[in-house]
Amino acid sequence: MSAALRISDLHTTFGSGDGAVRAVRGIDLEIAPGGTYVLLGESGSGKSVTARSILGLYGPAAKVTGSVCLGADELITMAPRQLRQVRGTRLGLVPQDPTGALDPLRGIGAQLGEVLAVHGLAPGRAQRRAAVLRLLASVGIADPARVAASRPHQLSGGMRQRAVIAIAIAGEPEVLIADEPTTALDVTVQAAVLGLIRDLQTRHGMALLMVTHDVGVAEELGGTVGVMYAGRLVETGPAREVLRDPRHPYTRGLLASLPVPGVARGELRVIPGRPPLTGESGTGCAFAPRCPLAVASCRHRPPPLVALGAGGRAAACPVLNDEPVAKELVS
Amino acid sequence: MSTRPLLDAQDLTKTFRGGVRAVSGVSLTLAAGETLGIVGESGCGKSTTAKMLLRLLTPDSGSVQFDGADVHRLRGRALRELRRRLQVVPQNPQTSLNPRLRLADSIAFNMRAHGYGAATRARRIPELLDRVGLDPSYARRYPHQLSGGQLQRVAIARALATEPEVVVCDEAVSALDKSVQAQVLNLLADLQLELGIAYLFISHDLAVVEHISDRVAVMYLGRVVEQGPARALWDDPRHPYTATLLSSVPGLGRERIVLAGELPNPADPPSGCGFRTRCPCAVDACATTWPNLTVRAPDHVAACVHPDPRRPANANAGAGTGTGANAGAGAGAGKS
Repeated sequence: MSAALRISDLHTTFGSGDGAVRAVRGIDLEIAPGGTYVLLGESGSGKSVTARSILGLYGPAAKVTGSVCLGADELITMAPRQLRQVRGTRLGLVPQDPTGALDPLRGIGAQLGEVLAVHGLAPGRAQRRAAVLRLLASVGIADPARVAASRPHQLSGGMRQRAVIAIAIAGEPEVLIADEPTTALDVTVQAAVLGLIRDLQTRHGMALLMVTHDVGVAEELGGTVGVMYAGRLVETGPAREVLRDPRHPYTRGLLASLPVPGVARGELRVIPGRPPLTGESGTGCAFAPRCPLAVASCRHRPPPLVALGAGGRAAACPVLNDEPVAKELVS
Repeated sequence: MSTRPLLDAQDLTKTFRGGVRAVSGVSLTLAAGETLGIVGESGCGKSTTAKMLLRLLTPDSGSVQFDGADVHRLRGRALRELRRRLQVVPQNPQTSLNPRLRLADSIAFNMRAHGYGAATRARRIPELLDRVGLDPSYARRYPHQLSGGQLQRVAIARALATEPEVVVCDEAVSALDKSVQAQVLNLLADLQLELGIAYLFISHDLAVVEHISDRVAVMYLGRVVEQGPARALWDDPRHPYTATLLSSVPGLGRERIVLAGELPNPADPPSGCGFRTRCPCAVDACATTWPNLTVRAPDHVAACVHPDPRRPANANAGAGTGTGANAGAGAGAGKS
């Protein structure tokens, strides 16, 4: 089966020369139709830039190279006019902040109707109106007519996020990209919105690319996880395996630093130092300055992702491939 | 904890213009050297409560005592002394530190306000920075030159500068990356051990609150609905709202309890228990009065008509806190 979305060697660079910020430095990933891929990382790791590069949202502000294939179509070289048609019909985006994504002066119904109109999804006012109400109902809004007539400020954060999701799925996209869609929401609302996204994914057979900093969200969604650090994937594999048994020293450190409820209290393990700022670069592995396992060679060149066994897992750490050291690590 | 609590708030109520009842009848105590966590979702009144404890807002009724003195009646020198002993670490260090002051000056500002002389300031500021894990050379830097985690350390140093006995942390680690958040949580714990500071730790992150707190209070719609030892509350919640909150934390594999509807309008709350309109175990009696907090276990109180909400009297809802039989799948509880 061919992939719904296949990304190879994606690089995104802002600016040029000495001031160039290399936010994404070679990402490869693939999502099967209906599949889930979670990009997990902390601020500045390049996960959102990856999502926006896929959507081609940077225009001339950034240099994006590599390949982004949506089905059989290459998006990187696609003409802007054509790309605009792809976004909203074949690619949907759920942004982090629903308040910023909506026009504060217009009703929800009008904003949703606009998407339908622009993409020619529902010709005619009456048909459009019906489609708006149907979409709002499909994202779990109990009284679509009232919400359609409301301005964003009249709705709660959870309702606004549902409305934005309705906009994202209006064109029944093949791939839904969700950029921290629940970060601004309370946990009970977050739980409902995650449930909704998963439900829509099953109903429409959409592939989902979820960008998050929240390990819990990654664990909950399952699928494949890619852990990002300083613009690169440092560990990938089936989410539940990676999160239960992380191999890369960064993933291990990140998971160890989370408070685990119900387990004896005490010092949390920490990763010394701080994550590099977006685009901050050195020559070797970006994690080496904070890494407990770093050896001299780590500082020379960034390690590639190397498969760990046959289970679809990979990590970018040469030390792990060193048998004796790896054994010691696992024990 | 047999002695008088250091901070003792009784029956705090605050209604804002427009009839929004942000806090009603909240009572909390904090003993020296302990940590009380407050959790709840946006709009539940946790920050309003904190502001009344800090005397940044005047309650409509109720009282706050700090070391035996009524916080809202203090004036002059005694009020200043209260402010010295009761400090705050706000949520966002980017906005709470003056961008035009060097970090040393931000810390010195707080110290000068409490009468610390120039010599003491010059000696203490490098010590404080060192204590929160920053190189003393940072004293000369400006906020924009530091990362979020570093700035939060400065905000902690500034709060510690006046040798407080209570520090209110209002979402103090929420804006930080997880790997940095752990560093700051450890720092807060170390400082408590060394200096015996008591924390009032407000957060929406249940795992963080459970980790750092001795006791936890859960708020909903302006009231405390459950309060108890952190571990007991986590393992054995006695209010259906607490159970719902815990079940909503992603990735733990607890059986999900999905809430119906939205948070009621605080200006027009439902009759009786404020949670009844969304509660999986609501019965007719819930519509009459908001139940008082009653003792459920040692040091553990909850405000619910059900003696044990996990097994409601008329078990029509079937939404108890499962033991995770449905672990991982999580979606079993139906869609909203």
